[in-house]
Amino acid sequence: MSRDEIKELECSIDEIKEIASGFGLDFYPMRFEICPADIIYTFGAYGMPTRFSHWSFGKAFHRMKTQYDLGLSKIYELVINSDPCYAFLLDGNSLIQNKLIVAHVLAHNDFFKNNARFMNTNRNMVESMAASAERIREYEMKYGRLEVERFIDAALAIQEHIDPSLVKTFTRHLDDLEVEQNTRQGTGKNTPMRVTDYDDLWVLDKPAEKAINEPERHRFPPEPQKDLMWFIQEHSRKLKDWQRDIMTVLRDEMLYFWPQMETKIMNEGWASYWHIRILREMDLTPEETIEFAKLNASVVQPSQYSLNPYYLGLKIYEDIEKRWDNPTEEEMTRFHRKPGEGRAKIFEVREFELDTSFLRNYLNKQLMEELDLYVFQKQGAEWKITDKSWENVRDELVYSRVNGGFPYLLVEDGDYLHNGELYIRHAYEGVELDLKYLERSLPYVQQLWGKTVHLETVIEGKPVVFAFDGKQHSRKFL
Amino acid sequence: MSEPLFIVSKDDWSLHRKGYQDQSRHQEKVREAVKQNLPDLISEENIIMSSGKHIVKIPIRSLDEYRFRYNFQKSKHVGQGDGDSQVGDVLGTDAEEGAKGQDGGAGDQAGVDYYETEISLEELESMLFEELELPNLQEKDKQQMESKDIRFNDIRKKGIMSNIDKKRTILENLKRNARDGHPEIEGITPDDLRFKTWEEIVLPHSNALIIAMMDTSGSMGAFEKYIARSFFFWMTRFLRKKYDQVEILFIAHHTEAKEVTEEEFFHKGESGGTICSSAYQKALEIIDHRYPPNNYNIYPFHFSDGDNLTSDNERCVRLIDQLLQRCNMFGYGEVNQYNRTSTLMSAYRHITHPQFYHSIIHEKKEVYKALKSFFGKEKVG
Repeated sequence: MSRDEIKELECSIDEIKEIASGFGLDFYPMRFEICPADIIYTFGAYGMPTRFSHWSFGKAFHRMKTQYDLGLSKIYELVINSDPCYAFLLDGNSLIQNKLIVAHVLAHNDFFKNNARFMNTNRNMVESMAASAERIREYEMKYGRLEVERFIDAALAIQEHIDPSLVKTFTRHLDDLEVEQNTRQGTGKNTPMRVTDYDDLWVLDKPAEKAINEPERHRFPPEPQKDLMWFIQEHSRKLKDWQRDIMTVLRDEMLYFWPQMETKIMNEGWASYWHIRILREMDLTPEETIEFAKLNASVVQPSQYSLNPYYLGLKIYEDIEKRWDNPTEEEMTRFHRKPGEGRAKIFEVREFELDTSFLRNYLNKQLMEELDLYVFQKQGAEWKITDKSWENVRDELVYSRVNGGFPYLLVEDGDYLHNGELYIRHAYEGVELDLKYLERSLPYVQQLWGKTVHLETVIEGKPVVFAFDGKQHSRKFL
Repeated sequence: MSEPLFIVSKDDWSLHRKGYQDQSRHQEKVREAVKQNLPDLISEENIIMSSGKHIVKIPIRSLDEYRFRYNFQKSKHVGQGDGDSQVGDVLGTDAEEGAKGQDGGAGDQAGVDYYETEISLEELESMLFEELELPNLQEKDKQQMESKDIRFNDIRKKGIMSNIDKKRTILENLKRNARDGHPEIEGITPDDLRFKTWEEIVLPHSNALIIAMMDTSGSMGAFEKYIARSFFFWMTRFLRKKYDQVEILFIAHHTEAKEVTEEEFFHKGESGGTICSSAYQKALEIIDHRYPPNNYNIYPFHFSDGDNLTSDNERCVRLIDQLLQRCNMFGYGEVNQYNRTSTLMSAYRHITHPQFYHSIIHEKKEVYKALKSFFGKEKVG
């Protein structure tokens, strides 16, 4: 891109920013960087320009880059949730492509800054990841590349099993413990000391007296633990310091990416909604208008086999806006909704929801029919549409977004059989695990834990436990 | 001054090679995986059937990243129609159960981990052949073994025009003119001409003769022939690639043996009973008439299902002994899918000659084992 073209782009960005602010979008400062394709695809594969090296990213890069080279797909931009917010534009984009992208990116930026799921996000992740990558490189020098790679292979296998709750659950147990101790110390007997008339109410919130009196087997962890990464990194007796450190890195990076996975439909829908609105406000030449229309159509194109988050999200926001702009008589009387509040409503939605609640709350029957959504599944060798009733389609869609689309695993026991073995339970909710993948993944967990690892799940309606002891697999029905 | 709200920049990214570096690490790992799967890969039908005439691409699944995930095939998914989709509509069909994610219509979600990378026949060969060599190769009689090569190593004033050395000719011309007081290139005379000349050098080679013998009797079913041909397919490719001077003869036999062309050997079917000694007899005749053992490293290989005329077995052992006196080694491959007791093998078990090798093949991927046991650098007995 020449100096003049950059000037021209800067003018457009100025204009777009003005329009976006006028609409009420609220974003971090932006850094736009113009990059060649292989760099954009590197970032796409790694999720971040500064992330550590691993062959799996190389594999993703190779696939994406090949698809680009063959003209099968194209990433026009990449945006990074940080303050300032970075966006990478593909060198060779036309000015109108860049205008659309800049508008799109500003809306992402606004979403990152304002959606509640991003509340705890580390906004310096670019630097954090660079520092982690550097540390991992040093480990490679010190302990050998293969050794480090072998460890990362194992840790990556469970990287999705973290607990991304906005409120940390670990602290709660400690609080409970303190309450419990205070209660006992305070009275000398096992009855709490009354200071006010209401103290007996607080006791109801505390662990039942029975539990304190009866010496129940000390549970470890005290409650089923969703954060497998954290549990192993804290309690595995086998890990060396550098290995714990790498697990921390992977966990932190996953915590950073997690809100993006949880809000994919909302975030892409939001950005699409705004790039359309913003570009409509701009003075485009007829050629630009046509190119914009084409590009926009390709971005929000529906797909038969999977949902296009850009399209679905956009449609839901538009539907919300429409319904809050023109509430029915009933909505006005029952919910005190006033006409013309559509815009305010979508801003509120972008702040408080995540994909699951977004779909659950706002994907209604009429919209579902308009979008012609359906459930399909495999019957014999065929993939068939099996359900079109709107509640079922909505529920399937919501399920597919629960826990980022990953199976929900819980550490039940970190001292199973009193032998330090690890017992994990899959919170089965009707969808079976991929057994081949399960049997290939267990050895990784065993490698990290150092002792036999058990995993309970359900196959064909029957509970079954898979185990791997470091040498061989076993499987038994309960 | 406050920070500007946005900045556009364009850096030089040419040193940012991380993607490519990790990509090549992935490919390296794929190669390792291919190496581990060589036994399966080299017995792939589509390779053998191509006769190696054109390059075959073999799909190798790239390395999976294992993790706990849902069974895609057993779960429900949501898709979007163009307005008139109906319950019961078929979106796609999986060609082969679980084989391909993408084109059946499983959608791009499952497809992500299923993309394939390719490896060319040549790459596969180079990996396989790295591990193989002709065993007991010996220096044979110079007369036959040597091949001639030429090397330019002298400059003379006489020679043929095609061998003129232009640079030296011009230098001579320059020198001569300079001596005459005008340093320039001008008027090249026959006296200026310089020629390169060569001398003949003799490169020592070890001549080798391979005798490929295959049982084509009625008892050799499709599987047996396939195995034998796979073995010979890789053997001929390997030998031709690695050795300059190697001749390969093909003998097909049932009750009688005859020398056939390579084409016939690989593609013609026969039937009838089996007398293995006929092939050995034929091999001995050929050696004694055309390939004096003093001049050749000779390697006979015989593939059979072991279903020989029982009275012939003893004769076979005797002939193998005669062959071994003339040859560097003798390799017997028995294709024995169901682990039958074969009388031929029972007889061969007692052969103690150190240059006699045998390999019993039960399944396709043991072709690799046979190759390794006959040509492996570290001998597997």
